Amino acid sequence: MNKNNVIPGFGLSLGYTLLFLSLIVIIPLSTIIISVTSMSFGEFAAVVTDARSLASYKVTLLTSFFAASANLIIGFITAWVLTRYEFPGKSLLNAFVDLPFALPTAVAGVTLTALYAENGWLGAIPAKFGTKVVFNSWGITLALIFVTFPFVVRSVQPALEELEKELEEAAASLGAARFQTVRRIILPIISPSLITGFSLAFARGLGEYGSVIFISGNMPFQTEITPLLIVTKLEQYNYAEANALALVTLLTAFAVLFALGILKKLIRRIPA
Amino acid sequence: MKNVTGKLLTVFILTIIPLSLFAKEVTLLNVSYDPTREFYEEYNSAFAKYWLDKTGDKVTVRQSHGGSGKQARSVIDGLEADVVTLALAYDVDALHEKANLIPADWQKRFKQNSSPYTSTIVFLVRAGNPKNIKDWNDLTKPGVSVITPNPKTSGGARWNYLAAWAYALKHNNGSEAKAAEFLSALFKNVPVLDSGARGATITFVERGIGDVFISWENEAFLAVNKLGKGKFEIVVPSLSILAEPPVAVVDKVVDKRGTLETANAYLEYLYTPQAQELAGKHYYRPRDPKVLEKYGNVFVKTELVTIDDVFGGWQKAQTAHFSDGGTFDKIYKR
Repeated sequence: MNKNNVIPGFGLSLGYTLLFLSLIVIIPLSTIIISVTSMSFGEFAAVVTDARSLASYKVTLLTSFFAASANLIIGFITAWVLTRYEFPGKSLLNAFVDLPFALPTAVAGVTLTALYAENGWLGAIPAKFGTKVVFNSWGITLALIFVTFPFVVRSVQPALEELEKELEEAAASLGAARFQTVRRIILPIISPSLITGFSLAFARGLGEYGSVIFISGNMPFQTEITPLLIVTKLEQYNYAEANALALVTLLTAFAVLFALGILKKLIRRIPA
Repeated sequence: MKNVTGKLLTVFILTIIPLSLFAKEVTLLNVSYDPTREFYEEYNSAFAKYWLDKTGDKVTVRQSHGGSGKQARSVIDGLEADVVTLALAYDVDALHEKANLIPADWQKRFKQNSSPYTSTIVFLVRAGNPKNIKDWNDLTKPGVSVITPNPKTSGGARWNYLAAWAYALKHNNGSEAKAAEFLSALFKNVPVLDSGARGATITFVERGIGDVFISWENEAFLAVNKLGKGKFEIVVPSLSILAEPPVAVVDKVVDKRGTLETANAYLEYLYTPQAQELAGKHYYRPRDPKVLEKYGNVFVKTELVTIDDVFGGWQKAQTAHFSDGGTFDKIYKR
């Protein structure tokens, strides 16, 4: 190992990493699997493929996907503005980006519902046209966009800061159109971090509970998210079934994170 | 001078020593559900005073509030509650079944099903009662929007559901099938299923959604008197359910902490006229008939059925109606 490393000893630091990863992540998550093993496979399959569970996956997956996609665009533009321009109040704006992380999610849910309800400040406008933003999938997506907003911005920002302006200027001087520069210079360099931001936001959306239950209306088969179904099982003291659904959520999130991780590696290999 | 100091010292020592020899400092933890917060704050100081006068012990009661089911799970998982005061017997039963913290017959240990105060389920409507809602059957009419939380996640909502069921049974010669139809029609009118009682209160009061809100009586009074004076009215249906929030000493915890005597006294004291008075003040129906009479102009008399009479107890009601595959799930079955 490299003798010039700041933290000494690969063995020691890997052991340290594994210890804390185990205590904080791996052991707690594995108790979910242990709890699930108290059910037979038939029971497990029945719980996770129940029509109501399936409907809740659909709601959860679609809203998380839309929210993460929306943040891909909103987050990229925000990061772009924060890295490429100088303007008064920039550091203030930069500080605002992380605030959704600090706010208790239930407060976020209540606040968003108050704003976007039909008698709220912002909800009154679509209400005039006969549409509603809360108590449907739009509401869930809105809440998820809010709570996962910082992920894309904070993933893309460092990559954009690293991106040398000279590269763009060189492309321009060689006669590249603006779109070509974006497609062939900027996107290849920042797309791994865009994917990171997207997958983090998506995974977070799958597990989000506090903000969503206030804005979704919680109607079975329509706006019932999987985390709510898990809490419903817990209310019946049915730990095994709750953990069965939690396991499905975890596996989905893991599969997405893993697949997108591989996609990132592939992208790096493609010549620009 | 020396003499005076000496005398004072003697007096001081003589007063302090007996107290410090025999007086104990006791702390209790009362794990309760959401709407009882204000009641127990007042009750705790009343009890502390009573207990100090009686035994010389200084008792401090700490409170924990939250959804009833969630609170029960915390105690099962090891939150050291000396006493629990929850919304339904079903949640206290879980302390016996899941962790064996209390004996099976816990509900017989205090008077009146271990429920020192009761409540019932009433309707909250908007001022002037524009949809003219008088009874449960008005809630199933098309065009009436009803707010109630989800019975699968809210203890209070289970009382709502069962009260409606009891009404439907009575008006359909006890036909369960007709009652299920009635509940199905009622829930077709529910636009939002909040996960808890306070969330549903917000939906109705702050968001302005719904024509009628099915609610605990004490929460309804809170909405009428505090949240929106003059904006709401309470309608008491012709039949409702006697909600009996139970109390229990948690044996395993008090044995370990040596607080059995104080914990028992804490719950016994709930039945005294002073405590009953406090319950009435916080819009819980007092069990003591004399105190209840004093509040006769507050609590409207109506036919109240009990869960034991109509449903054969909480365990049966839970299995038949709220467990997975029960009648509530059938309403939303696709």
